[in-house]
Amino acid sequence: MGYPHPPHPRETVVLSKYFGDQAARTFEGWTGRGGYAALRRALGMTPGEVVEIVKASGLRGRGGAGFPTGLKWSFMPKNSGKPHYLVCNADESEPGTFKDREILRWTPHQLIEGCAIAAYSIGAERCYIYIRGEFTEPWRVMETAVAEAYAANALGENVFGSGRRIEMVLHRGAGAYICGEETAMMNSIEGRRGNPRIKPPFPAQAGLFGMPTTINNVETLAAVPHILNQGADWYKGLCLGNPKSTGTKLFSVCGQVAKPGNYEVTLGFPMRDLIHDLAGGMRPGRTLRAVIPGGSSVPIMNREEAESALCDYEGIVEKGSMLGSAGFIVIDDSADLVYEIYRLAKFYAHESCAQCTQCREGTAWTTRILERILRGQGKPADLDLLLDLADHMTGKTICVLSDSCAAPVVSGIRKFREDFDRYLSGAVSPALVGA
Amino acid sequence: MSSPAAPAAAGHSEQGHQPVFAGETLRRLEALFPSYPTKQACLLPALWMVQEARGWISPAAMAEVAEVLGLTPAYVKGVVTFYTMYHQHPVGRHFIQVCTTSPCHLRGAAEVTRALLQHTGCEELGRTSQDGRFTVAEVECLGACGFVTPVLIDDDFIESVTPDAVPGLLARYD
Repeated sequence: MGYPHPPHPRETVVLSKYFGDQAARTFEGWTGRGGYAALRRALGMTPGEVVEIVKASGLRGRGGAGFPTGLKWSFMPKNSGKPHYLVCNADESEPGTFKDREILRWTPHQLIEGCAIAAYSIGAERCYIYIRGEFTEPWRVMETAVAEAYAANALGENVFGSGRRIEMVLHRGAGAYICGEETAMMNSIEGRRGNPRIKPPFPAQAGLFGMPTTINNVETLAAVPHILNQGADWYKGLCLGNPKSTGTKLFSVCGQVAKPGNYEVTLGFPMRDLIHDLAGGMRPGRTLRAVIPGGSSVPIMNREEAESALCDYEGIVEKGSMLGSAGFIVIDDSADLVYEIYRLAKFYAHESCAQCTQCREGTAWTTRILERILRGQGKPADLDLLLDLADHMTGKTICVLSDSCAAPVVSGIRKFREDFDRYLSGAVSPALVGA
Repeated sequence: MSSPAAPAAAGHSEQGHQPVFAGETLRRLEALFPSYPTKQACLLPALWMVQEARGWISPAAMAEVAEVLGLTPAYVKGVVTFYTMYHQHPVGRHFIQVCTTSPCHLRGAAEVTRALLQHTGCEELGRTSQDGRFTVAEVECLGACGFVTPVLIDDDFIESVTPDAVPGLLARYD
């Protein structure tokens, strides 16, 4: 449901059904709503059978990359003799995205159950949930819920009497966007600086503490109990025409819309309706100008692209951007796009781990050049310089942070050239002077 | 494990540094050891405990953490400096973090930031007010973009703060 708003009739409410329902937070409340039946069911199957069900459902990673979840699980070695780990990525830091936060806050047991099923399926006896440091309330809710789950034998040495051990450890981040990148997250759990690692080796071979590891996003894991309860066919049937994008997805709609919130719809839902109907459309007197759909790390869509796109992994690529984490930053005609792009560049410059030259230098210089443009001191050649820089920042580094900085800059210059031209003719940004 | 009262590594001692990891805090840290295959993995939790106890992480405290976890002070400093939430300098009694990243900026975060600076008397970002009560910092995305403007005061996460609400909000913190 479009928390904090009442559910919209066009939503398909699965993950968000109990958002805002205090009673659903407790173990008792959750089991009363059908919780933990899926974990019991999973424990009665072989791990391989569970993996096959998740594969057949078509579930894909909800953190940004969209990799098929069951396939990812199947990469874990069998009988490796080593400890396996599951890591749940609750480091939600992508600008525009605030969906995992609501899952953690309102339905902690939905996540714990999903984690336990995943851990069982990949042969892991321990799951680390990495929660970003700023999420103080979700941390407290999760801490209580994990303790309850242990007390009820949903976690621990002998889960529901199955003889299986599943331990869960909450690990608190300390303010670093890059730790949402899976290999940086593993370093952070190990007590290191959050620098991403070079792949290969992939986490399934040598991940956390050098052991086979699977990392999944909160929303991905939260979907798993529903798939086990209602079947792969049911989940696969949640589809609006594109069989590669199945299931429901939480869309965080924010920025300049009338009703910002999390809306859960079946993948393939028209973006026009998501923005103009579910999220209440533009504020009075305003018109839609642009949407950054994947959180901020993807190309900006102009109005035409946004209003004709279907909200799934392929549909948004078709219109020149990416689904990413599905945090939609909606921008109307009152916004200063050049300033917003500058603000995003500044974000990436702040968050660069500084390991790769292209990223450390590229994000910083992109920010400085944009600042110069906003001060009315830009030169016409600056746009070419920005595009050249962006080229050097794309596809050349250990992780994609630098690509993420380049995406809004390149698409911004290509699609909203007139905004830049205004500054190149001497306009000065009031936002920057006031800052 | 070595005694927490052991002297800090040479060159990093600070006059009057009382060990953080003694008594209950040490027991809390030791209780975490079985959750990880290495002691090093307890570094982030240990640093949180220091900050919780002292409000910031001094060089002497870094040396103490290094001692307790079998690391070097330089290594610990390398990790502390990577993460923005660890304070390397003392801050005001109440630490205020306001999100100003694009989704919040589009809905008036700059005005909320101005109101916070004005009503706390901090005047400038990163500075502590004269009375030592507040420090205001601008932070990157707090992950609550649908609840603009989110503000984190110590461990209290407050959604949908408006400039008008700032004086009332601050009154809750002495």
